[in-house]
Amino acid sequence: MRSSNLGFLTAELVLKDFKVRYRNMSLGVFWSLLNPLTMMAILTFVFTQVFQNRIPHYPLYVLCGLIPYNFFTLSWVTATLSISENPALVKRVPLQTALLPLVTVLSNTLHLAIQLLLVLALVLWYRLPVTWHYVWLPVIWALELLFIYGLSLATSSLHVVVRDVRYMVESANLVLFWLVPIFYSFAMVPQQFKSLYEFNPVAALVLATQHVVLNHRTPPQSLMWKMALVAAVFLLAGAWTHARLRHRFYRYL
Amino acid sequence: MAEAIRAENVSVIYRPRGSRRLLRQYLQDRLTGKRQEGFYALHDVSFSLPRGEGLAVVGANGAGKSTLLAVLAGLLRPDHGTVRMHGRMSTLMELGSGFHQDLTGWENLRLYGAILGMSRAEVRERADAIVDFAELQGYMDQPIRTYSSGMVLRLAFSVAVHAECDVLLIDEILAVGDAAFQKKCHRRLSELRERGCTLVCVSHLSGMLESLCTRGLWLHHGRAVRNGPYQEVAAAYSTFISGADRHLWDALPSAPVRVPG
Repeated sequence: MRSSNLGFLTAELVLKDFKVRYRNMSLGVFWSLLNPLTMMAILTFVFTQVFQNRIPHYPLYVLCGLIPYNFFTLSWVTATLSISENPALVKRVPLQTALLPLVTVLSNTLHLAIQLLLVLALVLWYRLPVTWHYVWLPVIWALELLFIYGLSLATSSLHVVVRDVRYMVESANLVLFWLVPIFYSFAMVPQQFKSLYEFNPVAALVLATQHVVLNHRTPPQSLMWKMALVAAVFLLAGAWTHARLRHRFYRYL
Repeated sequence: MAEAIRAENVSVIYRPRGSRRLLRQYLQDRLTGKRQEGFYALHDVSFSLPRGEGLAVVGANGAGKSTLLAVLAGLLRPDHGTVRMHGRMSTLMELGSGFHQDLTGWENLRLYGAILGMSRAEVRERADAIVDFAELQGYMDQPIRTYSSGMVLRLAFSVAVHAECDVLLIDEILAVGDAAFQKKCHRRLSELRERGCTLVCVSHLSGMLESLCTRGLWLHHGRAVRNGPYQEVAAAYSTFISGADRHLWDALPSAPVRVPG
C-alpha cells in the first residue's frame, strides 16, 4: 500500500473510533470529565483534610498528574488489545497490523483534549497566567505519544501470542500510580531516586506539565532529553518485536 | 503472457495446540523442549497463473482452500516454499470486515475503501459509481444496522470491485444478494478479467465459476491432486464428489500429512 493511502487509512480508522464512541453516548463529553473530576475531588479531600500538605492550588496540581496518567493507562491497555481484538482486519484484509495500536492511541487523544480543557478551565479559575511556556506542551505530549506507541506496539504483538500480557499491563498500571508524582510532590522524593524518576516517561510528562502549568517555566532540558531517549528506545523495541511476531498473528487469532 | 502468480512448493503446518497459548503452557513447552504435533494444511502446492486468467480452487471442507488464499494474500507466511505475486492485490474475503453497524452507508464506504487500499481521491471519484452499483441510493445516510444483510453485502461487494487491482482474491462470496444482483456481480468480475485483472476464486462448483475461470486447482487434505484447465479439473472433481469412481476415491489420501511432535 502506498504511504499516502496509509495516511488516509489511519485517519479513517481514527475517525471511526471517534464517531462510534461519541455517537452512542448522550452525555458524550461529560463522561470524559467525570472520572478526573471525581478522582480530583477525592484526592484533594484526602490530602488537604486528612493529610496536610503545602502544595498550592492542590486540585489543579492533582489534575496535572491525573490526566497524563489516565491517558497513559487507558491508551496502553486498549492499544495492547488492538490487534487481538481485530481478527476481522488481521485475518481477512492485507493490512499493516502496526497501524492498529497507533490508531487506538490516537483515538484516545480526543478524550485527552477534552480533559486538557478542564485543566485550562481550572487555570483560569485560579487566575493563573497562561504564558508562552505552553508551547512546550505539544512537544512533550508528542514525545509521550511516540513512547506509548512504541510500548503498545510491543505489548499488542506479544498479547496475540501469549494472552497473559494484558494482565501484566493492568498490574503495571496499578504500580505506576504510586511511582508518578500525582498526589505527592517531586520535591518529597529522596535525592538518590530523582534522576531515576525522570526516566519514567509518565512521571517525566507529569513533571513537565507541572513545570509549564503551575510554575510557568520551561521544563528542564535533561528531562526532555530523557523523554526523547526513552521514546526512541521504545519505538525501536516495539518495531523489532512486531516485526518478529507479525507472521504468527494469522495462526494465533 | 506475463505471469501474475507463482507459488512454489508451498507448505503450511498447523499445530492445533500451538495457538492461543498461555504463559504456563509456553514455559512448559520451552522447558521440556517438546514440539507440538500438527499437520500440513497445505503440502507442497505449486502452480502458476498467467495475467488476466481466472483460477478456481475447489475441494472439500478442510482441504486447505482458505489457507491457500491467506497465503496468496500475504496474511499467512508459509512454513516452506515461496509465493510471488505481481501487481496490486485486492481481496473479497468475508465481505465487510471492518464495517461498523453504527456508521452510515457513506462512512462505511469510505472506511472500507481505505481498508482495501484505496486513496482518498479514488474513494471520492468512485463513491457515486459504488452507490449506483450497490443500488443503495437514498439509504446511504442511514446507519447500516438498519440495512438488511443483503444490502450490507451489496455495499461491501461494490466497494471491493471498485478498488484498483491486478489480482483479486475471492473467498466463497459469489452468492451475494438476489439472482439479479448476482448476475451483475458476475458481469462485473468478467469485466475486470477482460481488463487484465487476474482472479482467484475459492468456491463450490457453479456455473459462475465456469465462465470466470480458465484454470482449476483441486485441493485434497492439503495436497494439489489436480491442476490444469478448468474443465478437466472440474470434471474430475465432480466425478469424485458423486462417488461414481471408486478407484479415484481410493487413490486419494485419506488424511493430511502428519507432523510428529
